[in-house]
Order: sequence, then structure tokens, then C-alpha cells
Amino acid sequence: MEISTQEFKHCDLISVKGRVDSATAPDFAKALEKANDNGRFKLALDMSELEYMSSAGFRALLAAQRNCKRYNRGEVVLVNVPDRIREALELAGFTELFKTFDDPVAAVGSF
Amino acid sequence: MPSLESETAYHFFMASYTFPARFEFLDEIRDFVAEVARSGGFSEKAIYSLQLAADEAASNIIEHAYEGVANASLFVTCDMEGDKIVISMRDTGKSFNPNAVKEPNLKADLSERQIGGLGVYLMRKLMDTVQYESSSAGNLLTMTKRRE
Repeated sequence: MEISTQEFKHCDLISVKGRVDSATAPDFAKALEKANDNGRFKLALDMSELEYMSSAGFRALLAAQRNCKRYNRGEVVLVNVPDRIREALELAGFTELFKTFDDPVAAVGSF
Repeated sequence: MPSLESETAYHFFMASYTFPARFEFLDEIRDFVAEVARSGGFSEKAIYSLQLAADEAASNIIEHAYEGVANASLFVTCDMEGDKIVISMRDTGKSFNPNAVKEPNLKADLSERQIGGLGVYLMRKLMDTVQYESSSAGNLLTMTKRRE
């Protein structure tokens, strides 16, 4: 798993690549927490190069969404969610907890 | 791949591997399941689901059955029985019955949403059957899925 962050004026665009499972989810969670620690609560998560995500990754997404939405200070939106990951998120009832975008520019522009 | 435990000529697609019960080996467990499923004719979409179910099952065993245990092993067998894949996992940790795990409330709003039980819920949704047996010899989890 690889994570890179681009800071924009109104939000951070965080790209997560590779596989997020129980082994890598703690680092994924830490990257999201780090953004929050830096006072960034509007996060667009680019998943276009994400190959795999288990419920361990879903757990990190949920924690991040809770933290970002607290006090209405922001939110996590998902960008370019690959079909198989979207299907698993749907099965877990997660799709209604996150806005999704097909384009990073639109996602960044939504904040 | 770690040590090959047995591979019989009688079952063409059957293989068993012993994996260290650590999260770093989930990748290899998923690869192993994918290999058997691919030879069994499952679609790439179905293979992803099988990998996810196997990952959730193995993660639960490592996290709960082997909680705090060092150097534990996870025995994984993957087999095609006709058009059905049978994935079984054996451990010698604490008994953990996924069928006793309550279904998470998927309609709860963000603040109420519970993450516990989600892995088991996904296993049940992704597979046709999920069975669990516990004895003094250890725990055996068996999951099956028919090819579409």
C-alpha cells in the first residue's frame, strides 16, 4: 500500500494505492489521522489505483468520516472507487455514508 | 508460498498450506485462494469475493482466536468439489464462532454505526455457506461457494 497527499486550498487529495487489509490498514488509518492532526478535515480519497480493501480498511474509513464530520468541520469523499471495492462497500452498507465522485477535480471542487 | 503441507493427485485442485498466523501473510492466503478459484473456472469478480471472504475469515482467526499468541499457525485448505469451491481454515486458538456474531445494523447513521461483526457479515454475504466446528483439537471454519 502507498499513500500520497496533495494539499489544496480547501481540501487534501489523498491517493491510496495497492492493497488495504488488516496488515496495512493501521498505516492507512494513520495517514488519515495525520491529515486531521494537521487541521485538515476536508479529505478527497482517490481510490483509482486501489486494488483491494477489506473490512479493516472500511473501519479506518468510518473512523475518519466520524472525525472529519464532527462539528461540521469537513467530510471524507471517495473518488474513482473501483467496481469490486464499491460492491464490497455497498454490501457493508457504507456507500450511503460517503459521497462519491468519478473525477478528482470535481471532488476537490466540491469543497 | 510457505511450506506445502500436502497436495494429492486424487483431487486435482486440492491444496493445503500452513501459514504463519500473522496479518502479513493475508496477501499469500488471498493469492492461494485466487489460484485455486481461477483453476476452478471462477470469474475474476467472483475471485475477488472469495479472496475477501477468506481474508475476513483469516483476519478474525488471527485477531480473535490467536489473540496475543506468538508463532501460531493457520492451516488453509482450498478445494474444488465439482463446481463448488471449499475453503477451510483450521486453527488451535480460542474458539470463536462467527455464527454467534450479531449482524451489524447497516442502516444506522454514522455516529451509531458499529464496525464489529462486519467481517463475519461479509463472509456470510459473499459465500453460500459458512460453517464452524470447535473441538479439543481446535477450530475448523468451512466456507463454500458455487460457481455461477
